[in-house]
Amino acid sequence: MAWTKRLTHGAVSAVAGIAALAASGLGAGGSALAQDPIKIGEINSYTALPAFTEPYRMGWQLALEEINAAGGVDGRPLEVISKDDAGKPGDAVTAANELTQREDVALLMGTFFSHVGLAVSDYAKQREVFFLAAEPLTDALVWSKGNDYTFRLRPSVTMQAEMLAEEAAKLDATRWATVAPNYEYGTSAVEAFKEAMNRRRDDIEWVNEQWPPFGKIDAGSTVQALAQSEPDAIFNVTFGPDLTKFVREGTTRGLFQDREVVSLLTGEPEYMDPLGAETPEGWIVTGYPWDQIDTPEHNTFLEAYQAKFDDYPRLGSIVGYATMYSVAEILEKAESLETEDLIAAAEGIGVDTPLGPITYRAADHQSTLGAYVGRTAVQDGKGVMVDFGYRDGANYLPSPDEAKAMRPGS
Amino acid sequence: MDFLFVQFLNGLASASALFLVASGLSIIFGVTRIVNFAHGAFYMLGAYVAYTLTTTLTGPLGFWVALPLAAVIVAALGALVEMTLLRRIYEAPELFQLLATFGLTLMVEDLVVLIWGPEDLLGPRAPGLEGAVNIFGQLFPAYDLMLIALGPIVLAGLWLLFHKTRWGVLVRAATQDRTMVAALGVNQAWLFTSVFTLGIFLAALGGAVQIPREAVHHMMDLQIIVEAFVIVVIGGLGNVFGAFLAAFIIAELNAFGILLFPKISLVLVFLVMAVVLVVRPWGLLGKPEGAARAAVGTALQPWKRLGARGRNLSLGLLLVLALLPVFAGNYLLAVSTEILIFVLFAASLHLMMGVGGMVSFGHAAYFGLGAYGAALLVRFTGAPMEVGLWAGPLLAVAGAALFGWFCVRLSGVYLAMLTLAFAQIVWSIVFQWYEVTGGDNGILGIWPSSWASDPMVFYYLTLGIVTLGILAIRRIVFAPFGYAVRGCRDSVLRAESIGMNRMSLQWLCFTLAGSFAGFAGVLYAYLKGSVFPDVLAIPTSVDGLVMVLLGGIQTVAGPVVGAAVYEALSIYMTSETDLWKLILGGLIVVLVVAFPEGIVGFWQRRVQPLLSDRDGRDEEPAREGTA
Repeated sequence: MAWTKRLTHGAVSAVAGIAALAASGLGAGGSALAQDPIKIGEINSYTALPAFTEPYRMGWQLALEEINAAGGVDGRPLEVISKDDAGKPGDAVTAANELTQREDVALLMGTFFSHVGLAVSDYAKQREVFFLAAEPLTDALVWSKGNDYTFRLRPSVTMQAEMLAEEAAKLDATRWATVAPNYEYGTSAVEAFKEAMNRRRDDIEWVNEQWPPFGKIDAGSTVQALAQSEPDAIFNVTFGPDLTKFVREGTTRGLFQDREVVSLLTGEPEYMDPLGAETPEGWIVTGYPWDQIDTPEHNTFLEAYQAKFDDYPRLGSIVGYATMYSVAEILEKAESLETEDLIAAAEGIGVDTPLGPITYRAADHQSTLGAYVGRTAVQDGKGVMVDFGYRDGANYLPSPDEAKAMRPGS
Repeated sequence: MDFLFVQFLNGLASASALFLVASGLSIIFGVTRIVNFAHGAFYMLGAYVAYTLTTTLTGPLGFWVALPLAAVIVAALGALVEMTLLRRIYEAPELFQLLATFGLTLMVEDLVVLIWGPEDLLGPRAPGLEGAVNIFGQLFPAYDLMLIALGPIVLAGLWLLFHKTRWGVLVRAATQDRTMVAALGVNQAWLFTSVFTLGIFLAALGGAVQIPREAVHHMMDLQIIVEAFVIVVIGGLGNVFGAFLAAFIIAELNAFGILLFPKISLVLVFLVMAVVLVVRPWGLLGKPEGAARAAVGTALQPWKRLGARGRNLSLGLLLVLALLPVFAGNYLLAVSTEILIFVLFAASLHLMMGVGGMVSFGHAAYFGLGAYGAALLVRFTGAPMEVGLWAGPLLAVAGAALFGWFCVRLSGVYLAMLTLAFAQIVWSIVFQWYEVTGGDNGILGIWPSSWASDPMVFYYLTLGIVTLGILAIRRIVFAPFGYAVRGCRDSVLRAESIGMNRMSLQWLCFTLAGSFAGFAGVLYAYLKGSVFPDVLAIPTSVDGLVMVLLGGIQTVAGPVVGAAVYEALSIYMTSETDLWKLILGGLIVVLVVAFPEGIVGFWQRRVQPLLSDRDGRDEEPAREGTA
């Protein structure tokens, strides 16, 4: 099924492209000039991580369609030129170069991996291009390596760790173990969580930490090593195939029995759905319970999404959708397509998203998008989130002054 | 104590899983000498097919039928690949098959996503073995007990096959000396096909039995292939007992290592391999290879300097490149700069492989060390590009000199794997040493000085350095030193008997090759503006190999052409389509079949003679461009 869908997608866009070409050829003279689309460059790891970036792409495509149907920005339609970065920072810089130098786009958006996001952000700084990072989670992007040209939508590692620590601190557990993939995302998540817990409680004991290599967890040995330290609770940062292995081994070996587990991102459909009926119950997670959120803005989004794609949204869909709308709002507000004007427009701008209104803070260029925190459960053979609530990102960010002090050149 | 015993069992279960894949690889290499890069892809296909079968064949028996059935189906596919693709290129230079299997891997990675979708697929647990067994008060998965048994069963089965059947005797004979087996009238084609099929069967079975343990996804191949190769080499090439022993050692060291050093898994296998190869240059149970075989890169005709026409052609090409900025925009210039950088990288690898006869699977280390040399200078001293450009490669020189000293003591694939081990050790240091290298978040802000920040100026700078580099490499190749190194490559015995010091010659060649790669790395850092550990990672090394092989390892101009073609294609494809892996992989397979001597080799052997015939009055007909 997936491939037919993909092939038809390709065919449809090819036909659309030809039609657009023909149309632009037919439209003559000065009136066509005013209708010239505003070009937006988009980069993401489509081939390296299709499970996450496909829903993201569907998200921004839906938003793009809506924006253009409503007349675009200042009467000009938006046109997104999308490139694959193969999950490599070097390729992402090549793509950024192509988009800015050849396609002459007004701004750049996208990226998933933290290191790819950082590479594009540094490119944006050097070439003085506006860049809205969609998904990278590293704190460095807006703080220690932040720059004037880069903004970021998703709540960072530290923000999400804070949200979880707030719940985790209410538990009785005092002996904690951690398991995280051995790279910057894993280490910074564990660091942020420990810091947040130690700030809230002075009786926490950190009894074990496991650092399996990303994508290569030796789940049996790792589970056994964790169990051996007899923790009351576990903080988990693994995701994707590592998480699946970890959950299967941990369940079989009884690691999760009578233990609290606090787990980053596990409630996102991208990570929870593959677990199906084997989703562990009662974990405290950040995520996106798409089928249970009942707010007018989300209902509208959900309806439009399902009507267009015959599929349900993942968190990536929300990110893609909100990124596209953020771009449209920034363009709308900006006085021109010049980079300085875009930055000026983006600082402090408010945008409505399916998860509620957000603001891009002027101090550190981080949006106040939040996340849902709840517990996992299994219903009808599927993993779901229960007892959840939305945590507004604004409440988990340092004050503007503190944030500014973390950025270079301050 | 109970805990340690169960942890030991955990290690055994992992060892079995690793052994299944590694044994197949070992058998294939032992007989056919194919470095089967696609082994991981077949492992992944085994898992995907098993997923489909286990979810369609219902009932408790269905599952247990599905696993071997999946392996049989994938093995049939493997046989098909061997007969239609690999059989055409056995005559090609050694290692060339690596290129074909690399192309296949790219295709499979895209195909599984097209067929099975992008999401991770979690198969059923094994019926009857869902739960855990209580061992000394610790819960241990019942299925893992089955896995622990499976390893020795397969090992025993292979032993019986190799020692109690005529086919097995032939396979063992071919592992020792395939030329002799062929001379005795054994049908090689049939033998190779059956061996390849058996190897793929084991790989696919290894993938299929993972179903109850992990989700199936489209990156499984890369996770296993390198580790499998390391195990084969530690054990001794072509020796399944060695593979079993190596899998056991690696898995147990990992199971207990993470108790003491939780971050050890990242580098453990490569540390073990480096130590084993330094101490035992042919692996734990391997035997020294017979020295009679021709080394990689042995030229059919000795290389010659460019004739008048070749020199004019090169000057013409240089002129075109110099005039490129007149009609190319900034983007095209940046892409051309990148291509030029990889031309130098490929040429440096060729200096080591083609000229020195030392295959490197870890050439990215020197490229990356160069890049990090410049990046660290910028980060800690704020040095400008003028300094970084010349000081950056020093790190690569030092790395190449150090690692080369160990590597030249080995030969063949063992040498290649030791270069890989060193490269991976460097990679994991850079990856984990946050305070200095920034870890995987890299080092940012490595931009050219303001006078060179214009893409055109940087292009000219790169063109200048790369041209000098290529000229220097050619000078080395045709200098007495180059002749001496080539002599060592073609016949170690003869070279040593006329008094050449093989090791020091090769060591110098190794270091020089690393230095040129370092210059390429520095340029790459300033082109991209940031450096991340992926510049030193395996894919960069593989790209280098692909470029050299594609161009033609037996020629001097090959790497230049190969790098230009491959890099241009891959940049163009990535930009144009999401299915670039499928298309690029397909193109590589087609090129491999069409040009089994590489592009330049094909030109020299097939096209040029035709041109010379037509142009009969030319003064130096055969010699031109042979280099």
